[in-house]
Amino acid sequence: MRRIEAVNDFVIKFANVNGTGSASANHMFAKSIFRMGIPVSPRNIFPSNIQGLPTWYEVRVSQKGYLGRRGGVDIMLCVNPQSMADDIQSVDPGGYFIYDSTKPLDTRLMRKDVEFIGIPFTQICLREYDDARLRLLFKNMIYVGALAALLNIDFAVLKDLVSDQFKGKEKLITPNVHAMELGYQYAMENFTCPLGIRVERASEIGEHISYTNHILMDGNTATALGAIYGGATVAGWYPITPSTSVVEAFERYARRLRIDPGTGKNNFAIVQAEDELSAMGIVIGAAWNGARAFTATSGPGLSLMTEFLGLAYFAEVPVVLINVQRSGPSTGMPTRTQQPDILAAAYASHGDTKHVLLFPSTPRECFDMSAEAFDLADRLQTPIIMMSDLDLGMNEHMSPPLEWDDSRKFDRGKVLSAKDLDNMDARFGRYLDTDEDGIPYRTYPGTHPEKGAFFTRGSSRDVYATYTEDGEAYVHNMQRLLKKFETAKRYVPAPKIKMAKQKTSVGALFFGTTASPCYEAVEMLAKEGHAVDTIRIRAFPFNEDVEKFISEHEVVFVIEQNRDGQLRRLLINEGELPPNKLISILHYDGMPITARSIAMSMRDSLSDNKVTPITRKTAKKVKS
Amino acid sequence: MSYSKPKFRHPDLPTNELGLTKSDYEGAISTLCAGCGHDSISASILNACFEMSIQPHRVAKLSGIGCSSKSPAYFLGKSHGFNSVHGRMPSVATGANLANRDLIYIGISGDGDSASIGLGQFMHVVRRNLNMLYVVENNGCYGLTKGQDSATADLGSATKKGIANPYEPMDLVSLALQIGATFVARSFSGDKRQLEPLIKAAITHKGFALIDVISPCVTFNNSVASTKGYQYVREHMSHMAVDFVPMREEICTSYQAGTTQQVCMHDGSAVHLHKTGADFDIHDRHAAMEAVYHHKQAGEILTGLLYMAHDSDDLHEVLGTVSKPLNALTENELCPGSRFLDSINEGLR
Ligand SMILES: Cc1ncc(C[n+]2csc(CCOP(=O)(O)OP(=O)(O)O)c2C)c(N)n1
Ligand code: SF4
Ligand SMILES: [Mg+2]
Repeated sequence: MRRIEAVNDFVIKFANVNGTGSASANHMFAKSIFRMGIPVSPRNIFPSNIQGLPTWYEVRVSQKGYLGRRGGVDIMLCVNPQSMADDIQSVDPGGYFIYDSTKPLDTRLMRKDVEFIGIPFTQICLREYDDARLRLLFKNMIYVGALAALLNIDFAVLKDLVSDQFKGKEKLITPNVHAMELGYQYAMENFTCPLGIRVERASEIGEHISYTNHILMDGNTATALGAIYGGATVAGWYPITPSTSVVEAFERYARRLRIDPGTGKNNFAIVQAEDELSAMGIVIGAAWNGARAFTATSGPGLSLMTEFLGLAYFAEVPVVLINVQRSGPSTGMPTRTQQPDILAAAYASHGDTKHVLLFPSTPRECFDMSAEAFDLADRLQTPIIMMSDLDLGMNEHMSPPLEWDDSRKFDRGKVLSAKDLDNMDARFGRYLDTDEDGIPYRTYPGTHPEKGAFFTRGSSRDVYATYTEDGEAYVHNMQRLLKKFETAKRYVPAPKIKMAKQKTSVGALFFGTTASPCYEAVEMLAKEGHAVDTIRIRAFPFNEDVEKFISEHEVVFVIEQNRDGQLRRLLINEGELPPNKLISILHYDGMPITARSIAMSMRDSLSDNKVTPITRKTAKKVKS
Repeated sequence: MSYSKPKFRHPDLPTNELGLTKSDYEGAISTLCAGCGHDSISASILNACFEMSIQPHRVAKLSGIGCSSKSPAYFLGKSHGFNSVHGRMPSVATGANLANRDLIYIGISGDGDSASIGLGQFMHVVRRNLNMLYVVENNGCYGLTKGQDSATADLGSATKKGIANPYEPMDLVSLALQIGATFVARSFSGDKRQLEPLIKAAITHKGFALIDVISPCVTFNNSVASTKGYQYVREHMSHMAVDFVPMREEICTSYQAGTTQQVCMHDGSAVHLHKTGADFDIHDRHAAMEAVYHHKQAGEILTGLLYMAHDSDDLHEVLGTVSKPLNALTENELCPGSRFLDSINEGLR
């Protein structure tokens, strides 16, 4: 058997039972590697359940900084008998299977091409601890200690992490470190440590370290901070995975950063509403009245908000909606990731409605776009929907640090003050296109005793906001809204284009969390002689660069995580693009898409210089 | 269509303390059916605001969808208004109020809007004790969609179509009392002597103030067999006269003997209740629920101020928001700046 040899480049997966406290131990493991200067990207794979079902934690370690899922597993650490048979099967040939050897392993499950490392975790716990709860918790720390020995993780780094974790609860530090030492010693005494798969401090293997200032952060926390920095004061919400932690983090930071120093009172208001309709209503009411307001939800909540989103579009109310996507339809796989709401969000609501979408792909972008969303909403007076997803929102990602320019001012858009109204000769018309960019001027309620009041409604009105069923006035207004959508192209984040070293007629287009594995796949193909240019979409409406990119390539792979190729459809719908040029690569089994599967799909298409559209079957053949 | 009214102003028109005349409180010309109860309610709101010398632009009007919900366009034309979506005005009002606690919020809804599609939102805005006047213009039917029975239609009551309603009615007053409303009243659109003081008291009340106003739909639900028609309501109303005395006119004193009960409000204003049919303590929620129930059993509609909490925390107090309106906060108060981000970044390494 040839064992996998790899320094700072492997995938390790933990098979746990949920509700057993494994999350913080696993996190500590990933963070210790990160602190050794090596890029990591950990991912929780968890069921929609509170206790007792299998959960996994997959950590990609990649010196090159590939942070998407690679595909395959080199080391499996399994402390869950329930899933053991499948877990053994999922290890790549030449990989390792680390398991609790307190009970002997069923020999029928053994594989010849995998090395089995048995450590009696339960037995060690039984020997060391009397309390059943402690046995459960410290088992996790014991395996982290064992991994430190097996993978050459700096034990001092782990000790520091334990100290950080238990700041304020110092009594817990020694026992946790002790548990790790138990595992460490057992591994050292019983196996040749380290294994062929291992980590080395980046500096020690002569690698250039370009990640030293990076942070490890989940997208939802970054999004919440963006809302704090963007000046959100009102949040209405209804709990739903995977968006809940956005508002929870917002509240946590607000309680720290938004307390009025003089009075101790809150410079914010958060209402847990009775449902998502109400959550969106609260945001609309607050935004109409001049506060910056947002909500966060996921698929089912987005569906419930659609009538209100149409109102906000038509009545031109600046709304910020964070949609952390999960798999649908209906409840779908509520704790699994996808990008399945592109069309539902772009066209949310009845009638001719279109919404501005933002597609972040890193925590840093979650922060930037979330803050930016409030400026965009005010500038464009329309809903802005930020399309995050479960993978980005709930997993920690390595990201450039968050930055803020202190000279930055909020862009509150076209709002008239009492003074503006006094200085105005012409009659105020809420829906007059004074600047010919489709964006009218608004006033906040209570501004002026005589001027500027208007009646907001979802029904047709003339430019002075007076109700009318006159067809011409209606069409005029709808055309202006379309013009405003054109104007939006100037304001939304532009796509990121990366050209291959050689000239090529092949392009790849993607967005959000699909980006990272796509870049990796493109590099894999480059090594094989296939050059591919890339464009990462960051917003809808698409600007001219997108159409230009597509028209300049003969073939463009559109890579996304849903069944129906929704972004591709949106491109065709909005851009008048030749559909046969756009080849879907789709992945939607609930796990984040992998670089290997993307590379394989593109390779299949590109070999023989022949490009055949990838059907769903061939795309699916590529298992992650 | 809405029509603007001519701006002619008679020099002798009476003015209020702000020097404004009633015409300063008018809105567009109503497009509701002649005789519709909703127009009378608009007139009462207009009068109440005029007499209280409220600055029109310091009022925000909110509504759902329905004939009733259209009516905010027909009063207080100098106020901002928001005709939102069917049954969802409570949430929009919640957001609006959170954004600026300094305005007066008047919500107008219908019985379809509040008791059917919007029942959930209605219940929850009551629970939140949002500081607002919430008027249900209750005609027992869906006026705007041409007269279908609503959830407040009484069992056996018939609209113009003549078919008796087979379902038990929903009573928003009883519901509101049950879930902790802090100001609950019922009135009749045709009784402005009772309705106007109730509106004034409701606006003055700090917290959620419900007035369920029976408001006949002359076009679809004013038949003799209807329990929400003019004739039936006039004949079956158990009337409790109400007077509102603003704070500046009279310092609140204690109980007066006889048939009048004087109730002090949080700002020193007073409500005088002239008790006839009902005789119970206005601060006793349980008594109010019983009185409503007993009158209903007796085939009567109890109107007047039914319950008012001594003192309660509105949503802003519950949430502990600053006294400055949230929509007036700027970067200085809201944005923590780059230094804090540095410490965030440090904690994530
Ligand atoms: C979501 C939705 N469903 C249905 C309608 C149609 N609709 C408009 S008004 C109305 C009923 C209004 O009844 P009510 O609130 O009692 O008002 P009224 O007209 O009686 O004053 C309905 C069902 C709508 N506008 N929106
Ligand atoms: S239909 Fe009924 S509720 Fe509507 S305006 Fe006419 S009378 Fe009023
Ligand atoms: Mg009605």
